[in-house]
Amino acid sequence: MELPTAQGWVRPVNEVSLQIGAGECLGLVGESGSGKTMFSLALMGLLPLGARVNGDAWLEGEATADNKKIQNQDGPGRVGAATSTRKNLTTLTEAEWRVVRGQQIAMIFQEPMTSLNPVMRVGEQVEEAISAHQPKISKAMLRERAIAAMRQAALGEPERRAEQYPHQLSGGLRQRAMIAMALASGPRLLIADEPTTALDVTVQKEILQLLQKLRRELRLGLLFITHDLGVVAQIADRVAVMYAGRIVEEGSAAQVLATPRHPYTQGLLAASPRLERGKLTPIPGSVPQLTALPPGCAFEPRCSLRRSDCSIAVPELRKASAQQAARCVLI
Amino acid sequence: MNGEKLLTARGLTKSYARSGAEDLAGGARFVAVDGVGLHVYTGETLAIVGESGCGKTTLARMLLRLIEPDAGEIQFGGQDLLRLSGEELRQARRGMQMIFQDPFASLNPRMRVGEIVAEPLAIHEPKLSKNERMEVAEAMLQRVGLESNALKRYPHEFSGGQRQRIGIARALILRPKLVIADEPVSALDVSVAAQVLLLLQELQGEFGLTYVFISHSLPVVAQIATRIAVMRAGKFIELGDAEQLLRQPTQQYTKDLLAAVPEIPVR
Repeated sequence: MELPTAQGWVRPVNEVSLQIGAGECLGLVGESGSGKTMFSLALMGLLPLGARVNGDAWLEGEATADNKKIQNQDGPGRVGAATSTRKNLTTLTEAEWRVVRGQQIAMIFQEPMTSLNPVMRVGEQVEEAISAHQPKISKAMLRERAIAAMRQAALGEPERRAEQYPHQLSGGLRQRAMIAMALASGPRLLIADEPTTALDVTVQKEILQLLQKLRRELRLGLLFITHDLGVVAQIADRVAVMYAGRIVEEGSAAQVLATPRHPYTQGLLAASPRLERGKLTPIPGSVPQLTALPPGCAFEPRCSLRRSDCSIAVPELRKASAQQAARCVLI
Repeated sequence: MNGEKLLTARGLTKSYARSGAEDLAGGARFVAVDGVGLHVYTGETLAIVGESGCGKTTLARMLLRLIEPDAGEIQFGGQDLLRLSGEELRQARRGMQMIFQDPFASLNPRMRVGEIVAEPLAIHEPKLSKNERMEVAEAMLQRVGLESNALKRYPHEFSGGQRQRIGIARALILRPKLVIADEPVSALDVSVAAQVLLLLQELQGEFGLTYVFISHSLPVVAQIATRIAVMRAGKFIELGDAEQLLRQPTQQYTKDLLAAVPEIPVR
C-alpha cells in the first residue's frame, strides 16, 4: 500500500502476506512507523485519500467450512481454487464496504473514549451498531440483541450500563462496550489495534481473557496489533513482526518468542523490560523514515550482525524452521 | 546510597470536590492523596507504582508544589517547602526538577529546543549571557544524545524519544539533586524506552542524581528501582526494597498486580 508524500511515494505496507484462520489469533507486532496500523486500516477500507493498494485480501465466504482467510500480497494473483462467496477486500466499492465493515470485519481501537459517542447512551450505541446492518429490525429485538451483545462482552448489569454515558464507565468497561458493538453483528474477523495499551494491567488481563473466550466460542479470527511482546505471549497463536513496512519475522508465537531468528525481533526481546531485574539492552539508532530507506535490508544500519551482503538487496522471507520464517540473510 | 535523607514528606493530602459522577460511591469530595508520608534517600531511585487514579501523579506534583497540598509538610534542603514563597521557593526549586510523561505536550511548540533547554538558566542564572546559556544548553543536549543542530529546531521536528531527551536535558541543566520522573517512558516504543531508561541510569551516576520514578508498569520499575512504593486509592499499601517486593510481596494487591503482568516466557 502506497501513500503520496512531499518526498515521493512511500510504502507503509510492503509485500505483506498473512493468513488468519477461524478462531485463530495472529499477533502483529511493531513499533511506530512499522506499518501495522496502516495494514489494519487497509483491511477495513479506511485508508487515507490518495492511498494506492496492490495485492489481494481474501475474506472467505460462509460457504467454506472452516477456513476463513485474510491473505494480502503485493504481486501476481494467488494460486488456488476459489470457493464461491469469497470477497477481495482490495477491490470493494464503498457500497460493498458498508456491508463488510462492521458486519464481517470489525475493529476496536486503543482509546475507547474517542471511539464512543460521548453524548449517546451506551446501549443506544450498541443498538446503532446492530441496526446499521439490519435496518428493518424491530425496536424490541434491537434492544434484546444489544443487551445480549453487552452481556457477551462481560459487561455486568447490562440493562443498567445501557442507560449510562461513556464517561460514567471506567476504561475497561468502555472497551467492553466497544467489543460489544464490534461483535454485535457477528463478524468473522476482529481487528484489535492496541486495545489494552491504555488500560491498567489488571484490566488488561480481563480484556485479554474475554477476547480469548470469545475467540474460542465464536470461532472468531483475531488480528491483534500490539507493541507488547508479553501480550503476544498471552493471546497470540502466531505472530508477525513488522519493520519499516515489511514483515521481518513470522511464525508460531511460542517459537518466535523463544527462538527469535531476526535480529530485530531479538533486539525487541532484549529491550523489553521484565519483572526480573536484568540487563535491558536497547537497540541502537532509530526506526528509519519511509522516505529514506536503506537500499538493502531496512534494519541493517542498526544490526549488530550485519554483513556486506545485507545492504545489497532486501532479503527474502526464508523458512527458518517448519513454523518460523525470517527476512534475513543469516537464515 | 548513604542513608542520608534528601527529602521527607509527611501527611500529604489532596482532595477535590466531585461533581456529577453518579457511579462513584462516597461523599462530595474525592481524596486523591490521603496523608502520604515518605523519605527519599540520596542516590536512590524510589519508584511509585499504581494503577490509574491511585494518586501517584498528584503526589509527584505535590512534591514540587506544582499542585498545592491541602495539608502536610515537605522537608527538602533543611526547609519545609510548603512554608516558602516567592524568591525562597524559587531558590529551593532549583534542587528539584521534573520530567513529564507526554513528550508532545511538555515542550512549548513555539520555542526552539535551545531556548527550551536554556530557559531554566534564564530564570535562575540571570547573570549568564544568552551565548553562555546556549553553550550550556548545547553541551547538555549532546550529553543526552542529540546533536548541536537541535538547538535551532522546533519540538515537532523530533520523535517522541528525542523529545523526552530534550525534556531530560531541560530538567538537568540546573544540576538538581532530585529528579521526579512521571511516567517518562510510558508513551515511547519499546526500543526507544529502553534507550531512555539506560540514559537515565547513566545520568544518575554521572550527575549524582536521586530519582522518584512514577510508573504504572512494574516491569519498567523492576529495571530501575532501589525501592518501590505501591499506591492505591491515595495511600501507600506497601513500600520496600525493590527486589524483595517483587519476589515476595506481602500485600494481596501487590500480588494481584504482579500476577496481572503479561510475561514473556523465559528463554
